[in-house]
Amino acid sequence: MEFYLEMLIAGLIRGAIYSLIALGYTMVYGIIELINFAHGEIYMIGAFTGLVVAGLLGASGLPTLGILVIALVAGMVFCAGYGVTMEKVAYKPLRKASRLSPLISAIGMSIFLQNYVLLAQTSDFVPFPRLIPEFKFLEPISHLLGSSDLVILVVSSLVMVGLTLFIRLTRLGKAMRATAQNQKMAMLLGIDVNQVISLTFMIGSALAAIGGVLIASHSGQINFYIGFLAGLKAFTAAVLGGIGSIPGAMLGGLVLGVAENLPIILSAFFADIGLNIDIPNDYKDAVAFCLLILILIFRPSGLLGRPAIKKV
Amino acid sequence: MSKALWKSLCLAVVICLAAAGLASAQETIKIGVAGAHTGDLANYGLPTIKAAELVAKSVNDAGGLLGKKVEIVAQDDQCNPAQATSAANKLISDHVVVVIGHICSGATKAALPIYKSANIPVMSPSATATTLTQSGDYPNFFRTISYDAIQGKVSAEFAMDKLGLKKLAVIHDKGEYGKGYAEFAKATIEKSGKAKVVLFEGITPGEPDYETILLKVKQVGADGIIFGGYHPEASKLVMGMVKRKMKLPFISDDGVNGEDILKIAGADAEGIYASGPEDYSNNPIYKAAVEAHKKAYGSEPGMFFGQAYAAAQAYTNAIAKAGSTDYAAVTKALRDNLVETSVGKIKFDDKGDAIGVGFSIYQVQKGKWTMVK
Repeated sequence: MEFYLEMLIAGLIRGAIYSLIALGYTMVYGIIELINFAHGEIYMIGAFTGLVVAGLLGASGLPTLGILVIALVAGMVFCAGYGVTMEKVAYKPLRKASRLSPLISAIGMSIFLQNYVLLAQTSDFVPFPRLIPEFKFLEPISHLLGSSDLVILVVSSLVMVGLTLFIRLTRLGKAMRATAQNQKMAMLLGIDVNQVISLTFMIGSALAAIGGVLIASHSGQINFYIGFLAGLKAFTAAVLGGIGSIPGAMLGGLVLGVAENLPIILSAFFADIGLNIDIPNDYKDAVAFCLLILILIFRPSGLLGRPAIKKV
Repeated sequence: MSKALWKSLCLAVVICLAAAGLASAQETIKIGVAGAHTGDLANYGLPTIKAAELVAKSVNDAGGLLGKKVEIVAQDDQCNPAQATSAANKLISDHVVVVIGHICSGATKAALPIYKSANIPVMSPSATATTLTQSGDYPNFFRTISYDAIQGKVSAEFAMDKLGLKKLAVIHDKGEYGKGYAEFAKATIEKSGKAKVVLFEGITPGEPDYETILLKVKQVGADGIIFGGYHPEASKLVMGMVKRKMKLPFISDDGVNGEDILKIAGADAEGIYASGPEDYSNNPIYKAAVEAHKKAYGSEPGMFFGQAYAAAQAYTNAIAKAGSTDYAAVTKALRDNLVETSVGKIKFDDKGDAIGVGFSIYQVQKGKWTMVK
């Protein structure tokens, strides 16, 4: 029984990692209906910023937690800058173009940023310091739940709640929702749509940076390519939960994380009831994506997504 | 320049070259050296020419081979299979008796059939693809470096015989190199019957961690892990094992044996094992060859210099022992006679792999890779 519990927790932790990146993804989509394929690269740049900051502060004698907070803030500021610049350079000129053009522009941005970091840094994996300290109180169950796991779970839940409240309750959030519903109308009502979109990119990119620093600290190594797989999985999580829905991104990430472990869980279950069916772990992505297809057949707008209403 | 003059000049050059070729064929024993001598992989190929020249010089200074001088003929293939075949044809038309090369596995494979039909032995200092020898397709091929898959065998035998493990989990990264290693390890274990493979599975490179596969390792009750792949995945596995308090021996390959995993996993890497090429840097012949290289070229030798030097030594020794440059006699001498070379005392087995070079097992002890076997 303990095995199933361990598997479930491991799946939830992996899911929280996906959610953390998916939140920024889904937010940008929710406001301007653009799938920002370069989101994974912003995540990667956040991780590299964290690495540089941690390297600079490493000798300063600050406690690890202090370095983590400074690295997070630096990463968020830096990536917010990247996000805004990216929007101005690659997406704004295409806002009136057909919907396919910004998508291609996003893919181009993603390739550009990857190669930029490849040239500026190195193609090798570089070690990332473990910025999340080992918590004493987790010692007895550290084989189940490490401190980095706990931090990632808590942070992604907080971000989800914070983001939902921000969009529901603040003036800026209201402006965002208005922009999402109808840009022209929002403009007529005195909302600075350009500013709102810039802000959306800033927040989305800052969230990616949080993910980048925390997950790099969990994995212990980064290179220029980590954003690709992370972005792909986060995109899947966002679609699964209903793209544009913030609680959906969280739920989608968790479901995806647990679904990936299905081959192992099922194999163990079959062994327990005496059947000799082993599903190799190699099939984990296949199983997860089959589940995605099934869910999208029955709920085309995702688990928590609202059915699309055609704007007239 | 008039057309007629141009033509006659060309003809003159051709005749001169042909005459020179005929003349020298009588007086020297030609050893061909083929590999990447220009292009981005030139660093892998150029040291082989220097190694061959140094061996030729020392043989010639000692009176030559079978009463003749040894001459080195180099041909560039840029590690490109298409160029490798034309390099092979050029060497054959130059009447070389043996060839040292090629450098890259792909280029070597492309050139081998041409040498085979011309009955010329080929010895590579660097081509490690398993099939080149183990397929048995090329009886004229030898090499002074060990091949990829043997690492899987060395690691599996170490796990069973030295560590006494009985239930092994074999994991790989689904790549050509890692999976090949893992499959060879698995085959070795199953063939020996001394232990069981309780888990054989692939992981996807680039994931944030590999906790779940470790849970499965725990679930099936393995007492050791053999991993085929590279250091980024290995370090995440090792870090996950420490986190989950799994104190199992972790055995891996050459792609893990290096400084990177020590930097990334830090103290968590303590105690892991990995195979790696045998260290021959203290071999007296190798040391003397390095000194000779410094004297002749004013620099440190490069990649595969030791293996190339050994190949040239093995050839000159075999020709001397055979008393001729005949294909059958030379290949028989290569297989029958032990020879002292820069990589140790070697001879060649039926398939063409050197007996006496290979992989050792290293362990991380106090933060450093240390040879244990």
